[in-house]
Amino acid sequence: MSDVVIMGAAETDQLGKLPDISTLELHLQSARSALRDAGLGIEDIDGIASVSAPGPVTIAHALGITPSWVDTTSVGGASFLFHVRHAVAAIRAGQANAVLITHGESGRSRVGAPPWAMAKDSLSGQFEFPFGVLGPPTTFSLPVMRFLKETGTTIEQLAEVAVAQRRWSSQNPRAMFQEEVSVQDVLDSRPVASPLTLLMCCLVTDGGGALVVTSREFAESRGTDHPLVSVLGTGECATTPMISQMADMTRCEQFEVSSRHALQEARLTTDDIDHLMIYDAFAHVPLFGLEDMGFVGRGEAGAFVADGHTSPGGSLPMNTNGGGLSYTHTGMYGMFAIQEAVRQLRGEAAAQVPDVSTSLVLGNGGMFMSAATLVLGNAAAA
Amino acid sequence: MSTPTKFVPQATPETQPYWDGTAARELRIQQCVPEQHTFFYPRTSCPTCGTEEVKWVTASGRARLHTYVISHRPAPGFTPPYVIAVVELEEGPRMMTNLVGIDPDPDLLELDMDLVVDFEARGEDISVPVFRPTGSKEAA
Ligand SMILES: [Zn+2]
Repeated sequence: MSDVVIMGAAETDQLGKLPDISTLELHLQSARSALRDAGLGIEDIDGIASVSAPGPVTIAHALGITPSWVDTTSVGGASFLFHVRHAVAAIRAGQANAVLITHGESGRSRVGAPPWAMAKDSLSGQFEFPFGVLGPPTTFSLPVMRFLKETGTTIEQLAEVAVAQRRWSSQNPRAMFQEEVSVQDVLDSRPVASPLTLLMCCLVTDGGGALVVTSREFAESRGTDHPLVSVLGTGECATTPMISQMADMTRCEQFEVSSRHALQEARLTTDDIDHLMIYDAFAHVPLFGLEDMGFVGRGEAGAFVADGHTSPGGSLPMNTNGGGLSYTHTGMYGMFAIQEAVRQLRGEAAAQVPDVSTSLVLGNGGMFMSAATLVLGNAAAA
Repeated sequence: MSTPTKFVPQATPETQPYWDGTAARELRIQQCVPEQHTFFYPRTSCPTCGTEEVKWVTASGRARLHTYVISHRPAPGFTPPYVIAVVELEEGPRMMTNLVGIDPDPDLLELDMDLVVDFEARGEDISVPVFRPTGSKEAA
């Protein structure tokens, strides 16, 4: 099967609070930067993928691209990992040559952003919104108590996730929060949806990012300034639109399924992964990810993080940009998880891990609604 | 200035029997006829076996506390802190709800504690199911 690569990757110049840039412009700025990074022009792009708002048609038209392949998969923050998977399939099938995947979200300033959907007769409107839920902090947090009880994980271990990621973000000048914190600092921060405190919850920021995905053959024929990153394996899975309907509130089935498919395609096991990104909207999500993907056994993730294995110098560096908890979180964070994996595999990360040849990115969509996994590698992975 | 009120859900044609039930202080869930698979939320086919032969049954109203958070965010009509919970009905399905008749105190909220359904009016015609500890006082 032909080798498909990430040829270009870039984030917006700034992240954080950007009240002077619209949602659409965050997409366009990211797209132009990713094209520059790849050394390509708009005339080279024949495929485009993005979430439903503002949508790939608007983005392509604004850039001056007439795509002959379009993907609008819009299943939450993991969508951009789905787009990579779909682009790989399209390129292998000969339906597209160079696919541009864009993310832009005015998550904090909400300039040119779609309104929050709160339809009274939607499923969530009937069976979740009536109970005083107010965004992800009050719903995504619901599995935590059950997870702690059934796995024996402690609240201190949960806090260690936030502590570990500040160790990484303290080395990253682009991270929103760079000051190291202690377990006590995390536990003493403002309660949001107990047992979760503020420092166990992701940031809310403005920003964007984009990728150019092509065949290795095309990328090598054009030449690039940056090392190519191979897409070695991908997987995707979706379960429930409402977190209250998770089949098991202490396991995330789509984390297991999507990562199993991705690793099988890559012909690798968890032991072969040098660097890990797990979408961390909240501190418990990486613990689910570590267990559900099989990096550790059931009930072992909390101690694994607390013992420093995912921290700088640890055996499994994880969320090395600082993650959604400390780097940035626009709302659909998945794009930034991919970007950090690409930087690590290129050797260009702010907190560069030595000798990274493989990276696994696990994206979560919605509140444990969907997931996609990418296994990526550089020349040393071959 | 009007006081903010709690979110009022709206039925669809397919979910109307459920909301007719709550208005009558009954918790109605569904069951497939061939295999007696019981499920919630309302749908027109069984998510376990796929049959369209499904009927409405009245749940006992007994449930256990599966998981919860104590929300400190001021949702319209709610006074923080308040409990958002997922309960497991005696018949098996789980649903999101609020706990009433108990303080939002982690020392009191024991997972798997026994609960019973109650109903809270929302607007003129709609009631939503809430749960209180078994033996606690019924809402007025
Ligand atoms: Zn059935």
